[in-house]
Amino acid sequence: MPVTNSPRTLFDKIWDDHVVERLEDGTCILYIDRHLVHEVTSPQAFEGLRLSGRRVRRPDATVAVVDHNVPTSDRSKPIEEPESRLQIETLEKNVAEFGVPYFPLRSASQGIVHVVGPEQGISLPGMTIVCGDSHTSTHGALGSLAFGIGTSEVEHVLATQTILQKPAKNMRVSVEGKVGPGVTAKDIMLAIIGRIGTAGGTGHVIEFAGSAIRDLDMAGRMTLCNMSIEAGARAGLVAPDETTFTYVKGRPFAPKGEAFEQACDYWRSLASDDGAYFDTEVTLAAEEIVPSITWGTSPQDVLPITGSVPSSSDVADPARAAQIQRALDYMGLEAGQMIAGTPVDVVFIGSCTNSRLEDLRAAADVVRGRHVAEGVRAMIVPGSGLVKHAAEAEGLDKVFLDAGFEWREAGCSMCLGMNPDRLTPGQRCASTSNRNFEGRQGPGGRTHLCSPAMAAAAAVTGRLCDVRELVKETV
Amino acid sequence: MDKFTELTAIAAPMPTENIDTDQIIPARFLKTIQRTGLGKNAFAAQRYDADGNEKPDFVLNQEPYRHAEILITYDNLGCGSSREHAPWALLDFGIRCVIAPSFADIFFNNCFKNGILPIRLPREICDELMGDARQGANSRLTVDLERQVIVRPNGETIAFDVDPFRRHMLLEGLDDIGQTMAHDAEITSFEHRPSRAWVPSITIGTVK
Repeated sequence: MPVTNSPRTLFDKIWDDHVVERLEDGTCILYIDRHLVHEVTSPQAFEGLRLSGRRVRRPDATVAVVDHNVPTSDRSKPIEEPESRLQIETLEKNVAEFGVPYFPLRSASQGIVHVVGPEQGISLPGMTIVCGDSHTSTHGALGSLAFGIGTSEVEHVLATQTILQKPAKNMRVSVEGKVGPGVTAKDIMLAIIGRIGTAGGTGHVIEFAGSAIRDLDMAGRMTLCNMSIEAGARAGLVAPDETTFTYVKGRPFAPKGEAFEQACDYWRSLASDDGAYFDTEVTLAAEEIVPSITWGTSPQDVLPITGSVPSSSDVADPARAAQIQRALDYMGLEAGQMIAGTPVDVVFIGSCTNSRLEDLRAAADVVRGRHVAEGVRAMIVPGSGLVKHAAEAEGLDKVFLDAGFEWREAGCSMCLGMNPDRLTPGQRCASTSNRNFEGRQGPGGRTHLCSPAMAAAAAVTGRLCDVRELVKETV
Repeated sequence: MDKFTELTAIAAPMPTENIDTDQIIPARFLKTIQRTGLGKNAFAAQRYDADGNEKPDFVLNQEPYRHAEILITYDNLGCGSSREHAPWALLDFGIRCVIAPSFADIFFNNCFKNGILPIRLPREICDELMGDARQGANSRLTVDLERQVIVRPNGETIAFDVDPFRRHMLLEGLDDIGQTMAHDAEITSFEHRPSRAWVPSITIGTVK
């Protein structure tokens, strides 16, 4: 561990505390505190261990879930798609053989890996956390260094509990001030991505700071860090504070009693020092952020809901112009049209970005007393069995069901359509997920990313619309 | 992993930014439990129509590019999902080298782990190499990792940077895991540091 008196960032401190060894060229063997595993990116890694006669070094630091492939409807029947079933069965065989703790489909706590980790207290501040999934950045909301890895690295972590990496650059994105009504963490993050672009964070770890970030609850901070990868960053971080400690306290796998208090002291010491160096700094004014929506096929194609769709003639670079035209054609939009008023076919409220209890409450606040518009399919997919249970205890299921929403079981669902929840070609969807890539939610599907409140507003009006107009009516 | 030393091959030009890993291999093909066999579905949405027929205007459906072993694109290649199925699909198609002005971090890393060499070069140079690639089957690029140069069909050489550790691993076709396991004593000693006492263990019986 390098001993230094110069001011360090939150990232620097977590990094320094996990370096096992620095190799000649600066590559570090970095210790990993938590390895989360799911069915899609792990089978080849376990097979690799088996072929080389290796074991899982730290089963007690590893947790497996099923989420990507699982049906979100009736689970009393066997899984229909044979390949999905095989992937799940393969995970079950692997966790049994290698002794890895596992949340099976039948568990009341099953859910999306990035919802389950924080919810169970498996993911904690100050930790290094990896998972074979790019949205592992979510866990950075706790003040942990969390990033997605490929399957070869999954195998490397299973075998050695470390990964090989060089330190990232530091970026700080500060959002100062107070957001207006109807503006959520999702809108803040879309605004950030719209500003810096999908490659803006490449090679960096982003620390989110400023009063608007400190004001966010943990669910909001998770939404923010979740989409750090959509800004190209290796990871996102929020400094752990009293909001974090209150959230962590009492969770099943969190430290208890005196151990918890000692851990809090350590976690408090991790905040970036005054004068710490950031390679890149970006500042946004919270007051200027409005409810946002994407119009195109990249998360940086962001508009305020009051805005209009760009034209290929807006840009000089021919490659960029061609890309705008391709996105317009794919999305079935006309250059210059107002984005509000565009009719939707499907509304998806769920995913590791926005499927927590707070997200469902925000959607329910818009839906209450209204009904899903004629011809729109609207679905709610809670992030975990525990989120679903808690929402039902508050009667949110009734709000959604009475309004004509589908109330489903936990999983990744229509965020990426690996299970039967998919868009059909040409269908337009207001979605609380994280990626609007071509074909992401199903071949030919058209995705507009937005907050749970905005998605709920689209469901009840049948169109992309400004949620503030609906909220105004009910105030 | 296969070694990467020198490659002389056809290059396919794809002058597009932000080619994401969902494009390289759509999610519905991630249900395999193997690393091989994904090549036929690489770029599936751009390569095939709804009936599964090849779209003739897509570069990898054209001669000579259906035999390409090098891919040249614009910025931010491999953004999005961490799926290693993306480099597996490229490798299974036959791609051993990808050239772009910039890459997404996880994809960049995943390439090295599979014997694919990712090379960062300025956009103007990518444009020149795409120009070479458009000259057809006799116009091959040579990528020499030992010398860290690309040799153009006109004999001109273009130098490129590569991380020394990763270069070594590629040239030798080495397995990362074996290398790291040689540091087992250091890892064990790290695990026993008193400052780590607060990190709880998760045991199998405790997950419900």
